Amino acid sequence: MSIIKRNKGDVWFKTTALLLAASIPFIFLLLFLLLIWQSRLSLRTFGIGFIFNSGWDPVRDQYGALPFIYGTFVSSILALIIAVPLGLGCAIYLAEVSQSRFKEWLATMVDLLAAIPSVVYGLWGLAVITPIFGLSMMSAGVLLAIMILPTITSVSREVLQAVPLSLRESARALGATKWETIKLSVLPPAASGIIGSTILGLGRAVGETMAVTMVIGNRPEISGSLMAPAYSLSAVLANEFAEASSNMNFSVMVEIALILLAFTVLINGVAKLLVWKIIGHNRIH
Amino acid sequence: MDKEKIVVLGLKAWFDEKQALHGINIRIKEKKATAVIGPSGCGKSTFIRCLNRMHEAIPGARAAGRILVDGQDIFGPEVDPVLVRRQIGMVFQKPTPFPTMSIYENVIAGLKLNGLKGKELLDEAAEQSLRRAALWHEVKDDLKKPGIGLSGGQQQRLCIARALAVKPEVLLLDEPCSALDPISTGKIEELIHELKNSITIVIVTHNMQQAARVADETGFFLLGELIEFGGTKGIFTTPRDKRTEDYITGRFG
Repeated sequence: MSIIKRNKGDVWFKTTALLLAASIPFIFLLLFLLLIWQSRLSLRTFGIGFIFNSGWDPVRDQYGALPFIYGTFVSSILALIIAVPLGLGCAIYLAEVSQSRFKEWLATMVDLLAAIPSVVYGLWGLAVITPIFGLSMMSAGVLLAIMILPTITSVSREVLQAVPLSLRESARALGATKWETIKLSVLPPAASGIIGSTILGLGRAVGETMAVTMVIGNRPEISGSLMAPAYSLSAVLANEFAEASSNMNFSVMVEIALILLAFTVLINGVAKLLVWKIIGHNRIH
Repeated sequence: MDKEKIVVLGLKAWFDEKQALHGINIRIKEKKATAVIGPSGCGKSTFIRCLNRMHEAIPGARAAGRILVDGQDIFGPEVDPVLVRRQIGMVFQKPTPFPTMSIYENVIAGLKLNGLKGKELLDEAAEQSLRRAALWHEVKDDLKKPGIGLSGGQQQRLCIARALAVKPEVLLLDEPCSALDPISTGKIEELIHELKNSITIVIVTHNMQQAARVADETGFFLLGELIEFGGTKGIFTTPRDKRTEDYITGRFG
């Protein structure tokens, strides 16, 4: 019988796996550092005021990112306000209510929505949405809502389906109606996942570029009206990065990219905190 | 002569095309514990789930026949299954406290469905139900803690308390101890003895000793039919049917 350790395969495997895993945070860090480095000129010149300032004049090298931050934020929130009730309702129908074959067909249709290229959404938006709302914040919000609908619907649906059948049965046995069963035994345990799906949708809305650029109007102004043209962080990058006219202009663009990245990281961070808080409430021993 | 609480006449049940019950007739006495035993797949769970119309909650499942509770047919066309379930409580094999709710919220969940309001009323009902489920002394200082933080046996008694809170006249227990250790099982059995002073209990169990310990009457199911039904002592000492004898002596199942 030979019981002497013969090969070091496990050690090699472990090291390789660790290196591969470590490369992900490394790439992320590298990206962050590069953006900071490339935007140093803008960071040094405008400081923190850059994100609170709304002047935008490339000719005189005057820049402020507030209109873009505002546009990204408002259009994304608009999208959530429309898409969350719609997506959640659709998910509840698919997971809890329908028992017909129509359900599978509907679920496939929703998933197909996610496969449509962004630019096609943009064209569709120009044909259908902008005739109603004009090139405006509202158009961007509505279009984004449709685009993030599949994310919210399919993630919420999976979360709802993950709730054990035994909980539904318990509620039913207590004399809960269909809706009461959902309210009592399905939605509470699924809440953290539903928030997760919402945040995923928000993440997609914040980063979405092409379709927004096509319908938002691309005007760097902050208007109280949702029907007025606006601009977003991603849209200004798509439109103006390639035509940066000066070193400062280029640096400013990179800083906008940095803000966009920080935004998405922040959103996901907040989401994780929220989710942890709810999960923590669920399992206390 | 004891009063009959539930009279089942010609009960048949199906899952899609597969028939699970073939015409069951049984008379369940009020304020007694009635056990239903039999090998896996004999239809005992399907039977008990018909008694509060939970069977039909499964897609493709249906039932026919008559089940008279206090003389009223719960399969009647004017009967709302939701209301049937509010009067006939049920506890399942696996303890299922609602995971996001505290102990207190779990107990009053059914009362809230019935629209009961007012903190004092709810507090009182919660305490009373927990006392009846023999759980009050263990949890009275922890009512705000999550129900799923309790041990398995405590969780099951919490589920019993939750079912009792709406003051049902019948409590159905579907293998309530099969996921529990012997000590927790003993507590639940004691509880059944206590509860049958006030309500009618029907318990499905695959544990014959348990049936012998807790039940006044026992029915033996096999392949969707009720083979034998009568006083528990008689079933276990002098079964009339050969198949019952084979089962309780461990010759199959």
